Amino acid sequence: MKMVVVMMIMMVMAMVSEANMIEQTCKETPDFNLCVSLLDSDPRGSSADTSGLALILVDKIKGLATKTLKEINTLYKKRPELKQALDECSRRYNTILKADVPEAIEAISKGVPKFGEDGVIDAGVEAAVCEGDFKGKSPLTSLTKSMQKVSNVARAIVRMLL
Amino acid sequence: MASSESLLPVSSQQDPLSDSRRDSIPESRRRRPIKVHLAIYSGFLLIALYVTLVITHGGSAPKNDVNDDTTVESRARLAGVSEKSNDHIWNLSNDLKGEAFAWNNTVLSWQRTAFHFQPEKNWMNDPNGPLFYKGWYHFFYQYNPNGAVWGDIFWGHAVSKDLIHWLYLPFAMVPDQWYDANGVWTGSATFLDDGSIVMLYTGSTDKFVQVQNLAYPEDPKDPLLLKWTKFSGNPVLVPPPGIGAKDFRDPTTAWKTSDGKWRITIGSKINRTGISLIYDTTDFKTYEKHETLLHQVPNTGMWECVDFYPVSKTKDKGLDTSVNGPDVKHIIKASMDDTRIDHYAIGTYYDSNATWVPDNPSIDVGISTGLRYDYGKFYASKTFYDQHKGRRILWGWIGESDSEAADVQKGWSSVQGIPRIVALDTKTGKNLVQWPVKEIESLRLRSKKFHMKVEPGTVVPVDVGPAAQLDIEAEFKIKKEDLEVVFADDSVEDDKEFSCETSGGATVRGALGPFGFSVLADQSLSEQTQVYFYVTKGKDSKLKTFFCTDTSRSTMANDVVKPVYGSFVPVLKGEKLTMRILVDHSIIEGFGQGGRTCITSRVYPTKAIYGATRLFLFNNANDAAITASFKVWQMNSAFIHPFSADDLGVPSST
Repeated sequence: MKMVVVMMIMMVMAMVSEANMIEQTCKETPDFNLCVSLLDSDPRGSSADTSGLALILVDKIKGLATKTLKEINTLYKKRPELKQALDECSRRYNTILKADVPEAIEAISKGVPKFGEDGVIDAGVEAAVCEGDFKGKSPLTSLTKSMQKVSNVARAIVRMLL
Repeated sequence: MASSESLLPVSSQQDPLSDSRRDSIPESRRRRPIKVHLAIYSGFLLIALYVTLVITHGGSAPKNDVNDDTTVESRARLAGVSEKSNDHIWNLSNDLKGEAFAWNNTVLSWQRTAFHFQPEKNWMNDPNGPLFYKGWYHFFYQYNPNGAVWGDIFWGHAVSKDLIHWLYLPFAMVPDQWYDANGVWTGSATFLDDGSIVMLYTGSTDKFVQVQNLAYPEDPKDPLLLKWTKFSGNPVLVPPPGIGAKDFRDPTTAWKTSDGKWRITIGSKINRTGISLIYDTTDFKTYEKHETLLHQVPNTGMWECVDFYPVSKTKDKGLDTSVNGPDVKHIIKASMDDTRIDHYAIGTYYDSNATWVPDNPSIDVGISTGLRYDYGKFYASKTFYDQHKGRRILWGWIGESDSEAADVQKGWSSVQGIPRIVALDTKTGKNLVQWPVKEIESLRLRSKKFHMKVEPGTVVPVDVGPAAQLDIEAEFKIKKEDLEVVFADDSVEDDKEFSCETSGGATVRGALGPFGFSVLADQSLSEQTQVYFYVTKGKDSKLKTFFCTDTSRSTMANDVVKPVYGSFVPVLKGEKLTMRILVDHSIIEGFGQGGRTCITSRVYPTKAIYGATRLFLFNNANDAAITASFKVWQMNSAFIHPFSADDLGVPSST
C-alpha cells in the first residue's frame, strides 16, 4: 500500500518535472504558446531531453510541409491560373521535406546542431519565398505563416544545443 | 520507470504474506483492499493530471505579462545574437522584402567558381588533413555523396602540384566501420620523424558517440596516397569523463614536446566554457590525458576545429608545428559553434605544463571583439606546415549564403577559400597577416593598369572586359589638402564607434569614405558588391581605417543573406592604403592592407552575370577626393578535373 502511494507520488513528480522541462524550454522561444502546444500534444514530449524536443519540432516541420504539399496539389486544379507560383512553392516545400528535414534530424541526432539550425531556418525561408510568390494573393497564407512560426521555435530550441 | 520496477519484487513478496492471511478473511473484506487501491490510484492520477495542467497552462493565461516579457526578451536575445555576431546568417524568419527571383539553370550555373576548389557536385564542408608529400599537395574534405546539404559525411580527396590546379581523386575514407559509421569527420595529419604520415580524425560511431580514430596511408610509396588503412584498434580516444559524448571532435596536428612525446589538442566545452583538451602519446595509439587544459575561455561555447601552431616573431616564413623557442609566439584558433566565426589569439605556450597564455586576455580566443582570420563567410579553417616551401598555409570552408532550395536546384553547395599563407604581422606584432599563395598568379592573363582621381560622390566605370574572374591590386591616397581641411573643421565630428556591420553599408557617406570598388556590378548598378575603405577622423589628427564589404545590393533576389561585413584595419605611419580583391563568380575575397583584415563573401547576382558583369571604382566620401592606382588581371580558370593518367606527366616545379 505504502509502495503504491510512493509510486503515485513519483509518477506525479515525473509528470510535473517533464511539464516543467517543456515550459522552461518554451519560455526561451519566440512563441511560448505554440511551442507548448506542439510539444505537449506529442507523446514523446513527456520524456524528451532538449535534443528530443528539437527532433519533435523537426517532425512537426515535416508534417506541416507534407500537409502544405497536399494543399498545393489540390490548388493546381482549383486555381490553375496560379500554376507558376504553385510550381515554385512545390519546389520550395519539396526542399523542406527532402533536404532541410533529413539534414536537421541527422545533425541533431549526431551532435552537430549547427547544421540542424541551418535546416530549420531554411524551412522558414522556403515558406516565406513561397508566400511571397503570390504577391499578396496567396491561398496558402495560414500554412506558410505556420511554417515560419514553427521554424522560429525550432531554431530557438536547436540553439540551446550549441 | 525505475522506481516502479524496483518496487515490484517487494510488492510480490508481500502477496505471499497477504495470501496466507486471505484464506481466513471473509469474502466482503477480501474485495475492499482492491477497491481502496483503485480509488487511491485514480485519486493520484487525477491530482497528477490537475497539477500538470496547472503548471503548463497556468503559464499562459494569467501570466500574460510575464509571458510577453519573456517572449520579447527571448526574441530580443535571439535578435541580439543575430545582430551582433550572426549577421551572416538569417534573423528570425520574417516575410521577405523585395522581389522573389525564380532561380533558373542559366543564372545558377554562372555561380560555379572558376578557380576555387569545389567538388563536381554536392555538399562540402571542413578542410581535412592538408599536407605536402612526394611532390603533391593533398587536400581532403568533408563531403556528402548524396546531396547538396550536410549529411552522410565521407572524406573527399584531391591533389595538386601548386595548390591551385586540383585533380579529383577517389574517396580517401568512407564510413565503413562501427566507429565512424555515422560520419568520417574532421581530422589532421602529422608527419613522424621518419617522414611517414599519421592521420587522426573524428568518427561518429554507430551509437552517435564522437571518438578519435587513427589512419595511415596503405602504401607510403604511392605519391597519390589513394588508399588509407584504419588502425585495427580504433577508436584511440573516446570522450573522457566530464566531457559530453557529442562534444569531442576535430583533433589537431601533433607537435613534439621537449621530452620527445607527441602532443595533440581537441576542442570541447564544459557548460558554456570553450576548452581545449590536451593529450600526449608516443605511438598515436595510446594517450595520456592531461588534467589541465591547453586553454579555456568562458562564455564562448563549443570550440570546433581547434588549431595550434607557432609563428615567427621576426621572420617572414612558416614554422613546423613542433618549433618552439624565444623567437616564437603560438596561435590558438578555434571555430565557434555558436556564432560560426573562426577566432584566434596570439600568446605564449609553456611546454612543461602544456598551457598557453594569451598576450591580450581582453581579446582572448572566441571573444566577440577578438581577432578573426576573416570578417566574412569563413569557417572550420585549418593550417598546415608546407615543408616544400617553408610556409604555413591556411584553408577555410566557405559555405553558401543562399537558400537550400537553390543549392538543391544547382546541385552543389560550398567552396574552399584560396589557400593563404599565414604569418605574424612583424610590423604590428598584434595580428596575423594572410595572403593568397603566390601560385595563384599563374592564373593571371592580360592586365590593365589604371591611375584615376575620383571626386567626392562619383562612380567611375573601369573597362576591363569580362569582370567575373579578376585579380585586383589597388593603392589609394586621400588628397592631402582635403585631409587637412577635414581635420581643421571642427564641425566634422569624430566618428566614435564606426563598425562596418552596423554602418548601413557603402551608400552611407562620411567625410573620408567610403571609397573602393563595386565588383560584380551591372551597367546600371542595380546589382553590385562594394569592397571599400572607410576612414574615420579621430582625435589629434589620427585616422582610423576600416575595410568593409557591402553585399546588401549584390542581388535583386530576396532569399539570400546579404550582410555588410568588415573590421578595423591597422594602417601604420607612412603606409598607403592598399587592397587586393579576388573576384570569382559567386565568391569575392578581399584583403585589406596586405592581408591584415580579410573579408570573404558569397554573392548571387541575377543581372550582373555573364557578359553583363562590370567593374566600377567609387568615392562616396563627402569631403575628400581620392587617387586610385591599380592593376586588374583577367583570371584564367584552374580547370579542376578528375585525375587521369595524363596528369602524371605534369612537371613538378622546384
